[in-house]
Amino acid sequence: MKVSEKIIEGLLWLSAAITILVTVGIIWVLLSESISFFQEVSLVEFLTEKEWTPLFADKKFGIMPLVAGTLLTTFVAIAVALPIGLTIAVYLNEYAHARMKQVVKPLLEVLATIPTVVYGFFALTVVTPFLQQLIPNLAGFNALSAGIVMGIMIIPMISSLSEDAISAVPRSLREAAYGMGSTRLQTSFGVMVPAASSGIVVSVILAISRAVGETMIVAIAAGQQPRLTLNPLVPIETITTYIVQVSMGDVPQGSLEYKTIFAAGITLFVFTFALNNLSFWIKKKYQEKYD
Amino acid sequence: MSKKQNKLEALNLDAYYGDFHALKGINIAMEEKAVTAFIGPSGCGKSTFLRTFNRMNDYIDGFRVEGQILLDGKDIYQKEVRVDELRKEVGMVFQKPNPFPKSIFENVVYGLKIQGIKKKSVLEEAAEQSLRNAALWEEVKDKLDKSALALSGGQQQRLCIARALAISPSVLLMDEPASALDPISTAKIEELIYELKNDYTIVIVTHNMQQAGRVSDYTAFFYMGELVEFNKTKTMFTSPKDERTQNYITGRFG
Ligand SMILES: Nc1ncnc2c1ncn2[C@@H]1O[C@H](COP(=O)(O)OP(=O)(O)O)[C@@H](O)[C@H]1O
Ligand SMILES: [Mg+2]
Repeated sequence: MKVSEKIIEGLLWLSAAITILVTVGIIWVLLSESISFFQEVSLVEFLTEKEWTPLFADKKFGIMPLVAGTLLTTFVAIAVALPIGLTIAVYLNEYAHARMKQVVKPLLEVLATIPTVVYGFFALTVVTPFLQQLIPNLAGFNALSAGIVMGIMIIPMISSLSEDAISAVPRSLREAAYGMGSTRLQTSFGVMVPAASSGIVVSVILAISRAVGETMIVAIAAGQQPRLTLNPLVPIETITTYIVQVSMGDVPQGSLEYKTIFAAGITLFVFTFALNNLSFWIKKKYQEKYD
Repeated sequence: MSKKQNKLEALNLDAYYGDFHALKGINIAMEEKAVTAFIGPSGCGKSTFLRTFNRMNDYIDGFRVEGQILLDGKDIYQKEVRVDELRKEVGMVFQKPNPFPKSIFENVVYGLKIQGIKKKSVLEEAAEQSLRNAALWEEVKDKLDKSALALSGGQQQRLCIARALAISPSVLLMDEPASALDPISTAKIEELIYELKNDYTIVIVTHNMQQAGRVSDYTAFFYMGELVEFNKTKTMFTSPKDERTQNYITGRFG
């Protein structure tokens, strides 16, 4: 009895230790490789230079074009996913009957299980040609299609997390609103959504984090051309797609080009780390409020 | 001297949750500007019945009513009746105080704002008037912009009453409004009900016999979905006709 419990305790401790070790290992590799990158390229150049051309003869190491590309696709994605996701959440909560819910929810889950490579080709071969009929000067590879499709992919994340947040609002508040003569629309957007706002914000932050890290869709549909622009109609490159591009190519290990992967990687890490912490912090504040 | 009008009536009212027959053939007529108390053991259908008067049960899957509920002689379950309009006429105060997580001021003017009233002076005047009518003004006048959730339970409940009064309904439905409160707050609410009946028709659910005796003009006793007895409160408490009523008010069950 005592012995078997000791063994189980040991196994649990081991798996926790492994998780922590792997995380520490990743951060250590990221840090050490980027430190050696920053010994050759100054942090000032990295942050202020407007071009990113590490693979060309005339090498420039400004991360801004990749950050801009990432923010651009992310922004488009959230602009698509937030209104649709929130509307679905409100619909499921306030309007849908139990039977309708049983149909819609699994359908949304399906959206989340489609491999991103399929989304990527959908963006390239369906959305872009369609949008080109509306916007004639839209390039074949562009941030807009990639962002829109990424938004569609993220909808289930926002809708299901927001739905959870809205249904966590005490039932008595909904009754208070209806009891005052509110319509369904006034109840949901005037009372329920504001009362659930911190949970909804958390869902959006997690969605941003997901969009920032998304790789395949942008790699396929957005063009892989680092460009410092906020114009969604032209080809761009994001941090993640750059990392893929270089990792797949044949840059020699240990070279400066190789180290750019880690510099880009740590930038990405800083972004998602900050976002996740922000959501964690908001969640904590929100729980305090309801206790 | 004109006889008082019937404000609310139920005619042959049956209500069902799915297959469960919750209210059985209820007939009652409630006088205008009087307080009617609903009493009866827990689960006998008091809340269900109260909530038919502002159609709050509409949102429950499988709930349906047969028969009629009349407000000023008009059937509120007719197709053309808009529930949001109905509820501006028939206000409700719930068992547990349920202020919105907004400021005190925003809570009171909520009902006016959703009606499209934006003028600040109008809202401020209405807020003060409603808070005075709910006997809360003196306690909160200096902190109207503070969160309503920071108030005590008793204050929150009076805020909910003020919020309901702000849209000037003619009927006030109260479902055990003091059951979650301490004795002092309860006394304040009862005093308030006594004041309010000059202007409002009040229906109050209570499981507290003394409370029914103190605040109501009429009392209706329900038992297992049926209206057993309905009479002037004094008459009912001194000489109940039905044996079940007598057992209940003498505390033999429930
Ligand atoms: N949403 C519901 N679904 C099904 N049955 C319900 C629901 N609400 C109440 N009931 C049932 O209806 C009966 C009356 O309930 P209620 O009106 O709340 O009684 P009271 O307020 O007198 O305690 C009870 O038997 C209760 O279980
Ligand atoms: Mg009840």
